[in-house]
Amino acid sequence: MTEFLLGASAFVLLTVAAGLVCILRGPDDVDRMMSVQLFGTAGIAALLLLGAAIGAAAVVDLALILAVLAAFAALAFVKAGVRPGADPAEPEDRA
Amino acid sequence: MKGILDIFTIVAVAAGAFFFLAGTVGLLRFPDTFTRLHALTKADNLGLGLVVIGLLPQMDGVMAGLKLILVWLMVLLASATVSQIIARALRRGGPEP
Amino acid sequence: MTEALTLALVGLLMALAVWTLVARDTFAAVSGFVPYGLLLTLAWLQLRAVDVAMTEAAIGAGLTGVLLIAAAARLRPTEAPAWAERPGLPTRVLAAIVSAAVAAGIGACVLLLPDPAPTLAPAVAQNIASTGVGNPITAVLMSFRAMDTLLEAVVLLLGLIGVWSLAPDRAWGGRPGPAPTEDPNSILGYLARVLPPIGIVVGVYILWVGADLPGGKFQGATVLAAMWLLVMMAGISDAPAVDRTWVRLALAGGPAVFIAIGLLGAGVAGAFLGYPEGLAKPLIVVVEAALLPSLAVTLALLLTGPPRRKDGDT
Repeated sequence: MTEFLLGASAFVLLTVAAGLVCILRGPDDVDRMMSVQLFGTAGIAALLLLGAAIGAAAVVDLALILAVLAAFAALAFVKAGVRPGADPAEPEDRA
Repeated sequence: MKGILDIFTIVAVAAGAFFFLAGTVGLLRFPDTFTRLHALTKADNLGLGLVVIGLLPQMDGVMAGLKLILVWLMVLLASATVSQIIARALRRGGPEP
Repeated sequence: MTEALTLALVGLLMALAVWTLVARDTFAAVSGFVPYGLLLTLAWLQLRAVDVAMTEAAIGAGLTGVLLIAAAARLRPTEAPAWAERPGLPTRVLAAIVSAAVAAGIGACVLLLPDPAPTLAPAVAQNIASTGVGNPITAVLMSFRAMDTLLEAVVLLLGLIGVWSLAPDRAWGGRPGPAPTEDPNSILGYLARVLPPIGIVVGVYILWVGADLPGGKFQGATVLAAMWLLVMMAGISDAPAVDRTWVRLALAGGPAVFIAIGLLGAGVAGAFLGYPEGLAKPLIVVVEAALLPSLAVTLALLLTGPPRRKDGDT
């Protein structure tokens, strides 16, 4: 079980690496914003798997912190990356 | 009982890992940013959900299991809103991908 | 398998580090910095240091990433001229050589440590019962080395004062950050209403659980600060003017309580920040409870920046 979970964690990490290559190379800033989002999900998964493998029960608290902070960081990235004059969060029906 | 739970964990985590792989393949192969955003958020969140379900039997105690589910729900909430906001930023501010 | 995971982590860390160095665009570099911080979190977990992993995730990846991306956004107009002014190739090669030498030196020191490495861990384990807490990290931070924690809190406060001193004269004592333009009914507004209650519970929980399990006031304060920043980003609430009394009280309250308890210890237990017999755990709880809001306000205000506008400005 431990070996399997470690292997799963390494596997998720590798998929993240592959995704990261694509995102960071992305031609636009928006692609790069997705790198934070990617880590919000896959990073937490790898973290949980590694924590379960080594038997650290506190990894769930760590994942809680990371979930909250990753959401916040991703939003800050979007707000910072938006070109001046374009408000990303305006409701659709504002002409 | 432990054997059945372990098999359940292995199956769920393997399925989750498969969806992460699918998300990354989508990320690499889809033509533009919108579709890649789609692949990223949907497949990866499903993968995380399956991983969480798979790890539930490995946690000791109900509190740990509940916290794990809370983590998944928060990531779902965050991913849903962040992907919407990224998509709008792309539509309104950036050049066409 | 553990080795494979460690190798994958190290390889990915190095690759990301190189990326952040060579990326032309600052935004791209910072986009690589945040995943780098999260990978470091995994590395700390691999090293079984869960408290450090929590702090890395909260501060190293979360807050520092946001700080850097805000700076990158503000520096965007100056990037082209700055790129034209960067040092020439010989200087950069020299810098690379010196950096590599320092890294090699540190690596050699770590690898050449005597086995077992000198450590105070057994001494901590022997004396931890006197502090009343179960988590050795918390015992060290709040009892054996409480002076360091006090100085950290004060340094953060001094840093904030330094940031405030960058305000232009006409905005002295005003509100930091741009005026809120966000529509509070947008999606961001929705998230800023749903997430903070959960975030506040998580932050206080992390503080509470830090007594016996990994956690503590610093990580909890970072979560609280992030929630307040989210509310400000969504336009639901404006940044407070820095000359308001409640802001000043909130900032100084935590360190003041800490210093007061230290002086109490000097009187009763014979040493500054010494805890009287049997009162260690309650005093630690009081200090942490006082420091949590102070740290949260300090961190949030550090990220909003220097005051830029006063009420009544157009």
